[in-house]
Amino acid sequence: MRFTRRAAVAAVGVAALLTAGACGSSDDNGGGSGSTKVEVFTWWADGGEKAGLDGLVKQFGTDCAGQTFENGAVAGGAGANAKSVLASRLQQGTPPDTFQAHAGAELLDYINAGQVEDISADYDTWGLKQAFPQGLIDNLTVEGKIYSVPANIHRANVVWSNKKVLADAGITKDPADLAAFLADLDKVKAKGIKAPLAIGKDWTQLMLFESVLITNLGADKFTGLWTGATDWNDAAVTKSIADFTQLLTYTNSDRDALDWTDAEKLVMDGKAAYQLMGDWEAADLDAKGFKDYGYFTFPGNGETFQWLADSFVLPKGANNPEGTKCWLKTVGSAAGQKAFNTTKGSIPARTDAAPADYPKYQQAAMADWKSAKPVPSCAHGSACSQGWQGAANSALGAFSTKQDAAGLQKALATAASQFVKK
Amino acid sequence: MRRLRHWGPGLLLLSPSLILLAVFVYGLIAWTTKVSVSDEHNALGSKGFVGLENYTRLFTDDINDRFTHSLKNLLLFTVVFLVGAMFFGLLWAFILERGIRAEGFFRTVYLFPMAVSFVASGVVWRWLMNPNQGENAGGLNAVLGGLGLDFAQSTWWTNPTWGMASMAIPAIWQLAGYVMALFLAGFRGIPAELREAAAMDGASTYRLYRNVIFPQLTPVALSALIILGHMSMKMFDLIMSVSGPQWLTEVPAIYVWQTLLTSDYAKAAAISIILLLLVAVVIVPYLIYTNRQEKTS
Repeated sequence: MRFTRRAAVAAVGVAALLTAGACGSSDDNGGGSGSTKVEVFTWWADGGEKAGLDGLVKQFGTDCAGQTFENGAVAGGAGANAKSVLASRLQQGTPPDTFQAHAGAELLDYINAGQVEDISADYDTWGLKQAFPQGLIDNLTVEGKIYSVPANIHRANVVWSNKKVLADAGITKDPADLAAFLADLDKVKAKGIKAPLAIGKDWTQLMLFESVLITNLGADKFTGLWTGATDWNDAAVTKSIADFTQLLTYTNSDRDALDWTDAEKLVMDGKAAYQLMGDWEAADLDAKGFKDYGYFTFPGNGETFQWLADSFVLPKGANNPEGTKCWLKTVGSAAGQKAFNTTKGSIPARTDAAPADYPKYQQAAMADWKSAKPVPSCAHGSACSQGWQGAANSALGAFSTKQDAAGLQKALATAASQFVKK
Repeated sequence: MRRLRHWGPGLLLLSPSLILLAVFVYGLIAWTTKVSVSDEHNALGSKGFVGLENYTRLFTDDINDRFTHSLKNLLLFTVVFLVGAMFFGLLWAFILERGIRAEGFFRTVYLFPMAVSFVASGVVWRWLMNPNQGENAGGLNAVLGGLGLDFAQSTWWTNPTWGMASMAIPAIWQLAGYVMALFLAGFRGIPAELREAAAMDGASTYRLYRNVIFPQLTPVALSALIILGHMSMKMFDLIMSVSGPQWLTEVPAIYVWQTLLTSDYAKAAAISIILLLLVAVVIVPYLIYTNRQEKTS
């Protein structure tokens, strides 16, 4: 009798637990075939980026009647949070209908994994091959196929300056080459500003280093560094590391503790004269009400436009491929690009946009985009895969503390041999 | 059949948790081990078995010796953290045990930091340990500057050699109170008769603590060391919120995270397994020890 009661209690207890588990696992299969929802997965959750997305959604509503937009934004970590969520969803085979990814080499991870569909044919039907510059098309093409539609273009190799600090130091024109830039930095330093060039942690240092590389190697050899055509042990790379080391002596010593916005604040407060940063800084400075800024392409970069772009893809196994394609079409269309970029502060990838719709900085950038030679950026994923980007950031971080020039070159060369696509 | 009647119902009651543990702890450890000996270096999946290559490459072939650098960081962090937390914990417990006024108040004050999450306190400490010095100083450096103690200003965690020691300061601040609580419980657990007997024998206060009280605290000290030690080895959130992921302050747990973000699953799994072994080296002897103690008592 005693046994049966104990056994009964145990059995009931276990059964109760199992039931609770079963309730929790009932699946919510919202999608399914014939769905008209398009889940758009981004890390645009606030600020100008959210405003840009809203603009795009409005356009999507008019262009794709019958489809509904579903916001799948994951905030935080400059996209790192979103990327980890995305990685697990892709692995589980439940991709969103479309997701945001940096155009270029960063997409390679998804392409190699067979997680995104080839949309080259749609490029022809939507007329995007004519609308985008040939250089961009070349950069987007992987083994003859295109997998993404860029929503915008940003430029990475831009130096931002505080005009007042420059005027105090008697600097009237933008430096034409690295030597002139160093001379200007000395002039500012002579005015008692100890760290005239503001910089932040590893990836911002990588951006500066890449700009120096473009100056010393030129556009083609620089692009070759990321495709395997140029050797990282090249003497020009050694010279770039030396130049970069010299530039670092003009920077704030607490660089590893700062993010780009902290470095931007140094420029705004007049504690620094210059900062190299992507052109999202223009929108940010405008938003923060700082008017007195100047900008120029990194000295010696000449007619190169170091681009990066946010793009959208068609994942394999998307619930609503038809809706996704309509979303992609909107993203690539002139109206969509205008709706997105005028609010986000970037420029359209299309060359047929009307500059008058855009603010002052963007007009200049749009003119350059038409004429200048596009080169990719590793710090922002257009030149290298995520693994390579991580290794490069780590190498620059190590260099920031150890200042070991030979070590940096070796680390970058090793990274290239590991990650370059053979 | 009779034996089954004896332990059957008990086992049945335990079975849900046993199954959950088997799948979600031991099953996943096994899975991680499997991934760590494969060549799953990107989202493409595994092509085959590579033996211990991922492990050896971490030690011999990692760019800039990144992994050994993260181990060194972890070692410095752990040593400073353990010594600091044990020292302050014991000191506070000792003072409180001597029966000072408002003991309950101070106990709460010291214990309270433990209630704050590492992420929240890390954000504050990030600001406190601002590495700027002189006129740009902020946080603790500004306080030191204001007190005229400019020489004591530090670069904190951005120092290439001793940075991780600074990183241990928030951890000590947060967990010394916990060590104090453990020791205080240890002190209170020593029967009054022992103290009285020592007093009867004419032992001085020093002899009383040295020969009677502290030997009885050894198990407590060991528990405290083990608990702090394994927390320290898995340290992630504090460092992420103070410095963010970067070379300077990278420890294995952060390296795993960074590697996972780049889809190098095999490498991330190998680091995780090494981390697991490191913790096991500390935990398992302790478990065996306490198991024996329980059997003998």
